[in-house]
Amino acid sequence: MTPHHDNTADTPAIELADVAFGYTATPVVEDISLAVSPGEYIGVVGPNGSGKSTLMKLMLGLLRPDRGRARLFGVPAHQFDTGSRIGYVAQHASASKEMPITVREVVKMGRFPHVGFGQLSADDWAVVDEALDTVGMSAFADRRVTELSGGQRQRAFIARALAGEAELLVFDEPTVGVDIESVAAFYDLLDVLHDDGITVVLIEHDLGAVTEHAERVICLNRELHFDGPTAEFVDSDALARAFGTTTAVLGDD
Amino acid sequence: MTDVIVQPAVIEPLLGPLYWLLGVWSQLMTGVARATGLEVLQYGFMHRAILVGLCIGVMAPLIGTFLVHRQLALIGDALAHTGFAGVAIGLFLNAVFEFGISPYLTAVIVAMVAALLIEVISETTDAYNDVSMAIVLSTGFALGTTLISINAGGLAVGVNQFLFGNLSTVSTDSAAILLVLFTIIIGVVGVTRNQLLYVTFDETAAAVSGLSVNWYNRIMVMLTAMVVVGAMQIMGVILVAAMLVVPVAGASQVARSFNESLLVSVVLAEIAVVLGIAVSYYGEATAGGVIVLLAVGVYVLAVLAGKLQTALTGTETPEMGAISPNSDPTTTDD
Repeated sequence: MTPHHDNTADTPAIELADVAFGYTATPVVEDISLAVSPGEYIGVVGPNGSGKSTLMKLMLGLLRPDRGRARLFGVPAHQFDTGSRIGYVAQHASASKEMPITVREVVKMGRFPHVGFGQLSADDWAVVDEALDTVGMSAFADRRVTELSGGQRQRAFIARALAGEAELLVFDEPTVGVDIESVAAFYDLLDVLHDDGITVVLIEHDLGAVTEHAERVICLNRELHFDGPTAEFVDSDALARAFGTTTAVLGDD
Repeated sequence: MTDVIVQPAVIEPLLGPLYWLLGVWSQLMTGVARATGLEVLQYGFMHRAILVGLCIGVMAPLIGTFLVHRQLALIGDALAHTGFAGVAIGLFLNAVFEFGISPYLTAVIVAMVAALLIEVISETTDAYNDVSMAIVLSTGFALGTTLISINAGGLAVGVNQFLFGNLSTVSTDSAAILLVLFTIIIGVVGVTRNQLLYVTFDETAAAVSGLSVNWYNRIMVMLTAMVVVGAMQIMGVILVAAMLVVPVAGASQVARSFNESLLVSVVLAEIAVVLGIAVSYYGEATAGGVIVLLAVGVYVLAVLAGKLQTALTGTETPEMGAISPNSDPTTTDD
């Protein structure tokens, strides 16, 4: 199935204009304006509690901004329902922890936006198995998800996002719990996806990974401290300002 | 006066084919009775009870699977008690205004409204919680008992069948209503199975994938209301929720995949229902209680089978492959 192209190439994949949001009266993020063009690879960094995950939820329409507007592919984010265009991997998988369900059944869900009320075709299943293969989980296809380690679960969820064949992939600290060698392989995979023209938004606490792979960095601590090319970010003092310290050293993790 | 329940004229033509179906089923059972000589199959009321029981054995664990894995096991109980309020309202209306409505119809309506209320409240407060569930449950039951006591005259007599269920009082009308509910439930789950699975397993990812999580939750609770009212005839208000939970809990002990767990929970429920109806008939016990006890027995066996399964298969883990960007997952041929 090919992605829809019902709007022009210069419509931003993600657009936030003057966005502010707070779970209580205190804003978690404010004064956020940014646009992500199709095909970009963006890393979002910031200290713990800087509002990274909240920003991601605003981008995806899971939260509605208190002020300003959030758009996905030109549509107000909370109304956007073409799920086949977005893939998403959460930090701590929100998924049920006890349900009897196999890895393949989880990855299958990536195809649901494409099949709607219908059944998966042989082609859909081929995409599912390919995604399983890509994350090296083919041997675990018929295992119960509850039997997996944290890293294996995370791989299954990455496979689900891949199986969706989305134009925009959003990762919220996707490598938490994944072993070190696999982390490197995972970032290589993101590079390949990006080379194929997929828009990648990566929220990461590992600054080294972001500066090594992303083209553009967004540095956040309640408000934007930096938004620009990775090279400029490395040379700037944005990090120190965002983290509120002058001792932060890039790549030291 | 509750013995003769006349359907309003509107519903009559709708139920026509179902009465025919019930007739065919009854003939079939009579045939089986002649062939096997089983006394339990000789009576018309048992034919209807068995059919209703078989339907319960499918729809209760089917819906229960989606509820249990969302930690919503208790919602069935809460809705059954509001269903009891619905029964009381139906009996009250019949007594005061001589409406002649089947109390199961009013029960379906009241339970579905309550289900929607619980869901909408949970959407605005962002959490299902024990407290709101307990309040709905007691309100429903309190309303039911109050309405019944006001009209104590002829009504209290018929209440036991709703509280505890009864094989012999499954009328043709209530069996027909159950068949309608059964068809709706199976149809809706059949069409929305992908969406219900996604929302059940991972609500956030389901929302990102474009599903209206709130709507699927509303559909789910309304289906639950239909199941509990449908199953109430045999199981009774107090025990009906067990059929949503116990077979599902048993199935998750032995099943590996979701599809397998659906199938196993239905099989476990049917075993409990069929054996339960037979035991309660020959042992002259209340069917609801016997069925639940058998279901719990089957659950214990499933737990043991699950332990045995784990012990036998051992803990060997397959080799995990590398994350290999080379096999490009984004290329498709269509």
